[in-house]
Amino acid sequence: MHGLNVVVCVKQVPRLEEAEIDFETGTLKRKGIECETNPFDLNALEEALRIREKLGGRVIALSMGPPQAEEVLRSSIAMGVDEAILLSDVALAGADTLATSYTLSCAMRRLGGHDLIICGEKTTDGDTGQVGPELAEHLGIPLVLCVQKIEKIDEGGLTVQRAVENGYQLVESPLPCLITVTKDINAPRLPTLRGKIEARKRIIAVWGVKELEEFGDRSRFGLEGSPTKVVNLSTPPQPKKGLKMEGSSSEQAAKLVSKLKDLGAL
Amino acid sequence: MGEERIRVIESRCTLCRKCVDVCPYSCITIQEESVRIDEACCQFCRACQAVCEPEAIEIVTVELEQVEKDAYKGVMVFAEQRMGKIAPITFELLGKGRELADKLGEPLSCVLLGNGMKENASELVDFGADIVYLYDSPSLETFREDSYTELISSLAKEEKPSVMLFGGTSFGKSLASRTAARLDTGLTADCTGLDIDENGNLVQTRPAVGGNVIATILCENHRPQMATVRYKVMERAVRRSGREGKVIEKKMPEKLLDRTRVIDTVLEEEEDQDIEDAEVIVAGGMGLGKPEGFKLIRELAEALGAAFGASRAVVDEGWAPRTHQVGLSGKTVRPRIYIAIGISGAVQHLAGMRNSETIIAINEDPKAPIFDIATYGIVGDLYEIVPELIHQIKELSTRTNFNSLSH
Repeated sequence: MHGLNVVVCVKQVPRLEEAEIDFETGTLKRKGIECETNPFDLNALEEALRIREKLGGRVIALSMGPPQAEEVLRSSIAMGVDEAILLSDVALAGADTLATSYTLSCAMRRLGGHDLIICGEKTTDGDTGQVGPELAEHLGIPLVLCVQKIEKIDEGGLTVQRAVENGYQLVESPLPCLITVTKDINAPRLPTLRGKIEARKRIIAVWGVKELEEFGDRSRFGLEGSPTKVVNLSTPPQPKKGLKMEGSSSEQAAKLVSKLKDLGAL
Repeated sequence: MGEERIRVIESRCTLCRKCVDVCPYSCITIQEESVRIDEACCQFCRACQAVCEPEAIEIVTVELEQVEKDAYKGVMVFAEQRMGKIAPITFELLGKGRELADKLGEPLSCVLLGNGMKENASELVDFGADIVYLYDSPSLETFREDSYTELISSLAKEEKPSVMLFGGTSFGKSLASRTAARLDTGLTADCTGLDIDENGNLVQTRPAVGGNVIATILCENHRPQMATVRYKVMERAVRRSGREGKVIEKKMPEKLLDRTRVIDTVLEEEEDQDIEDAEVIVAGGMGLGKPEGFKLIRELAEALGAAFGASRAVVDEGWAPRTHQVGLSGKTVRPRIYIAIGISGAVQHLAGMRNSETIIAINEDPKAPIFDIATYGIVGDLYEIVPELIHQIKELSTRTNFNSLSH
């Protein structure tokens, strides 16, 4: 048994709690914003590492982004992945979910031999959850979204719990396939000190259009390959201030109870 | 009609700079170790091509991929069903879909996949659909990635809707994404606003950057224009019995790809009310300070016959189950009354509840952003106010019971 080749897609995202908005331009103030690995991708990495521990094989982390996105790949190495590849090129910038997933599919084709692709359920910045399923479609492989538990996995296929609105479905799929994982699937490990030292030393391969154009149509990369365009950014409308209820605790409670009566809640 | 495009095949390019030197319009440069040709100033004189020994410069005439927009008409809604029942998101999509179709002056259609759902199909006409396409087969009983995608995308190719709407649900997102990639078109996730502009394009708005900004997104040159919408964001369609419309039963293809298998569906017995359907929600945040504090939230919810909700931090701490999380990474709710207790009001939380009809906030910090959107606010110690509130509500209901007994 040689185990499984697992590829995990990871993305560098801004730490939104610290994000500030430039109200003049309606954009994110990039300066001084700390970046991190998309939290959902940590669960994807963890699950891939657990599969390797169980079945053997390799785990590759793949990311697309500006050169500084290399940082999330170093963190992935520190967690224990075998190899990391960064897709970075000015011609890849400005991609929407269709162009992003298409570019990732070209990288997967170049890599070859993947048995399983794992993505986080969504990212905390884009928050679409579309890149994973669109990638599965470009590769023509089966897809199971929102996996909360892998019940069984071997070289033949997997059985997973897929979260639905008020419960889950038990789904079976052959390999190769793509799954997206929820936060409930596991608790991601922290990088070890040895891992961190290893991560510093490693050279991370960077692929651009030059490396990918053989595996796809370059007009489908980046802004040019993106059907959707953001045409305007605005700040949410500021709502009007409400009524404050004053007085002692019991007076405040009494005022609220009378409002609740007016509203028909009592 | 075609357009000339020039590009460098980078794997062949040797960076010899001959093209840079020969270009009479100076529109070729070397940046970051690759040749860049500025297409805006290129006159397609082919001088560079002539000097390029490794034949790394390519000039092609591309057919403009402008889809013939006029061929695409109408709005199509994916009718989601679970266990043979139409999911409530469908009626909200029909409400919005009807409005968009009327603005376009084009029909609203709806597509339903399931097993033994003919009656449900005609019900969709009452909720505003002009045409309902029905695929009825035992193999379609529950959602399947492969077969559902295949049927929906072939129908889209046949019927050419201009706009397609899906629920932002577990199934809806999966199906919409795969279908968009197959149709090679744009998809906008979790739209909070949908409209038609003067050119007949779908104007999609959605919160971006964690709800800090509202982005307006267009998909001008591709069709269909696809969007997902979360439950409880749009208004539900009003039922009008006897509306005119037709149900078209579609034939199942003989062979249908189906690689995944659903072995079992396990639905949780919800003892508590589903928060998305609740009229009144009592929600707790980190201002509670300790896990036991959440008991107060449940107690108040019980006294009001309301559902309970929680902020992300509270759920992450394990004080409340994830199915009760309200916000960008949880559920979107729009109850009649939302009572936020000890919730400061981070944008991510506000994004999930700001459409509630009446918002009541109880918080110690008068500067908490939740007060900016609250209809009624109480600044004070929640451990004094909430027990008092529960006490007064209980007293009121005992009195009411007593009164009703005496009559």
